[in-house]
Amino acid sequence: MKARIFVTLKNGVLDPQGKAIHHALEGLGFSGVNDVRAGKLIELDLADGTSDADIEAMCTKLLANTVIENFRIERL
Amino acid sequence: MKSAVIVFPGSNCDRDLAVAIEQVTGRAPAMVWHRETELPDGTSLIALPGGFSYGDYLRTGAISARSPVMDAVARAADRGVPVLGVCNGFQVLTEAGLLPGALMRNAGLNFICRDVALTVENAQSAFTSRYDAGETITIPVAHHDGNYFADDATLDRLEGEGRVAFRYAEACNGSARNIAGILNAQGNVLGMMPHPERKVEPAHGGTDGRRLFEGLLETVGA
Repeated sequence: MKARIFVTLKNGVLDPQGKAIHHALEGLGFSGVNDVRAGKLIELDLADGTSDADIEAMCTKLLANTVIENFRIERL
Repeated sequence: MKSAVIVFPGSNCDRDLAVAIEQVTGRAPAMVWHRETELPDGTSLIALPGGFSYGDYLRTGAISARSPVMDAVARAADRGVPVLGVCNGFQVLTEAGLLPGALMRNAGLNFICRDVALTVENAQSAFTSRYDAGETITIPVAHHDGNYFADDATLDRLEGEGRVAFRYAEACNGSARNIAGILNAQGNVLGMMPHPERKVEPAHGGTDGRRLFEGLLETVGA
């Protein structure tokens, strides 16, 4: 089984990378982009039967830094 | 003083730190590989060096913070052993939960490598006793991810408890409240982005970093 972990910066945390992407989009002439936030997608290939609690623990212990990031788990 | 410098894959300031510690204390530190599960008996100072451990993969310091040796570092910190984290070492300490907050990409997105002026905010810790409160010192920074972040409540607590050790005298990398270095609640763990080990002898262009190690020697004893 596989799971996807989406890691995103919390609201209110400055995202310099997103800002740079935003500027680059404007530089390419795309108007109407109000804001850009960059995050990460981590794909896990897991043993069948891996529990939700285990995946959650992987996120809180390593994959996301909950001081600055939120995460969302999507089982495939 | 028996000191230990922790070496992670991708550390690159470990030898600089070892040289600075040996020059000031007269005793070479043990170089402890990150896979170790114990520190040498009687270790009375632990230093986490700068560098780009694990290539900054995932987040700076994130993977190193989960190294086997970090359990031993956390236990020693609990016992009151001074722990100094410089640059990547600071990032590792926040990721390990030994210090609050996080170090993010510099606000200007540039790697910043230059001397900066720092204001000493707390001159009473084991690390800063040889400085005067309010003094301005010059120490170099060399980092891409030194933008200190914590929520307002944490920042207020750090300031209220005198746990901001150093501030940038002028805005440098976007750090909240210009924070350059912080202490844990017990006062025995210091994380700082600037590199004191790069200012210990006149050939470095200044010696403002030397007093940090001298203060530690005085506190810990020879």
